[in-house]
Amino acid sequence: MRKHLLRGGSLVAALLLWQLLTSLHVDFWLHFDRLPTVVDVARDLGYQLQTPLYYRDLGDSLGRILMGFALAALAGVAIGVAVGRSALTGDIVSPPLEVLRPIPAIAMVPIAILLFPSNEQGIVFITFLAAFFPIMVSTRHAVAALPVVWEEAVLTMGGNRRRVLWSVVLPGALPGVFSGLSVGMGVAWICVISAEMISGQYGVGYRTWQAYTVVDYPGVIVGMLSIGLLGFGSAAAVELVGRRVTRWLPREAEIAR
Amino acid sequence: MMLIEDLSVGYRETSVLHGIDLKIEAGEILVLVGGSGCGKSTVLRTLAGLHRPSGGAITLDGRPIVRTSAERALVFQEDGLLPWRSVRRNVELPLAIRGVPRISRRSQALSWIERVGLDGYADHLPRELSGGMRQRVQLARTLASGPRVILADEPFGALDAQTRRAMQLLLVDVWSQQPTTIVFVTHDVDEAVFLGDRVAVLGGRPTSIRSIVDVPFPRGGGDNSAARAEILAALGSTQ
Repeated sequence: MRKHLLRGGSLVAALLLWQLLTSLHVDFWLHFDRLPTVVDVARDLGYQLQTPLYYRDLGDSLGRILMGFALAALAGVAIGVAVGRSALTGDIVSPPLEVLRPIPAIAMVPIAILLFPSNEQGIVFITFLAAFFPIMVSTRHAVAALPVVWEEAVLTMGGNRRRVLWSVVLPGALPGVFSGLSVGMGVAWICVISAEMISGQYGVGYRTWQAYTVVDYPGVIVGMLSIGLLGFGSAAAVELVGRRVTRWLPREAEIAR
Repeated sequence: MMLIEDLSVGYRETSVLHGIDLKIEAGEILVLVGGSGCGKSTVLRTLAGLHRPSGGAITLDGRPIVRTSAERALVFQEDGLLPWRSVRRNVELPLAIRGVPRISRRSQALSWIERVGLDGYADHLPRELSGGMRQRVQLARTLASGPRVILADEPFGALDAQTRRAMQLLLVDVWSQQPTTIVFVTHDVDEAVFLGDRVAVLGGRPTSIRSIVDVPFPRGGGDNSAARAEILAALGSTQ
């Protein structure tokens, strides 16, 4: 109980500090006088929540991230499994991917703009790329680290390669896949917002940058908070599903995660 | 009947097994003993079809063994169960592979689980069971796959003495009702003499068969101390 009071108090104190610094127009090296006050932001948030545009932006960003993330999950798991299972596939598929991997997805924005007919597809592509690598790498490691004894057990029960894939490789790699999905979701958010800021139409990132360029600073903060909230929600969703499907892990491993 | 003729197995340049000849009768329990790292497991895994021999031939009832098959089930020392599947779903797996319809899979699995003394545990996950109980599940799973030969790789090696004894009795009990050929690897001479109709002593480098000892009173009922001494002597001469 005392813990909760303390934590709540800390949050209220931070808000108070912000309100004080901005309403008193403190300009001491940092220009707090240029930032909106808590009250301004709250008023703007209340207003925006009543406009359909706000929800359209949320919906657009969510749609882009879900699309990019879903494609990345499919491709990342498929390629991760293929590369983790077969050295030959690894030799064929990995070199170009390893060249691309260190390039931050956001640096691909010019390519995305050139390559795709519309900005919309470009943004989804950037999101896909951002999420793809952590998912693929994580899956590959998880598949390569699977104990051989499970595979041998299924083989000596008469199982074929497909049975091994569905009954051993995929379920066994799931904890690793989910740690990749968590990381992937995080970077996908960063990239969808950045891509929207650069080339979007609608979307929370676009709206936030738009607010900045028209000197609507409370709007910028509302945008930031919305981005944070969506990021938190999507990460929590991945975490929740991940915990459900890996309930079989030994307790120690669960704590270590 | 399983026939092993002049079997040799190697990894790259090193020869691990050399010149192994064995005739395993249908329904017998043959135990392989030998020091650790002598290649007992390699023999078993080659019989399972997990290793390709570098020379010689293995046949089961005249048909050559080229790959893994449900007719030769391997029992592992530990952690052979799929940890994300419940006890029942682990036992159902070989039934699913055999193409048994879902409904009869369930009832067959439950009856095997009961058979190894684990009724009430069907919905538990492997991590919720003790080592001995997990080996019971492995036994149930192996039996459910209906193998003609059971290849057991030190299945009770990680268990305490009391649990090990109980598992040996369970194995004998199940086997006596449904005599399957069993090839059983252990480094425990007492276990070998208790379970085996015959005990093959492995040794040397590369490994070959040093001696095959007939157990006069397999699975109790008489004095086996001469056979035990003979096995120990053969083991001693290999070290």
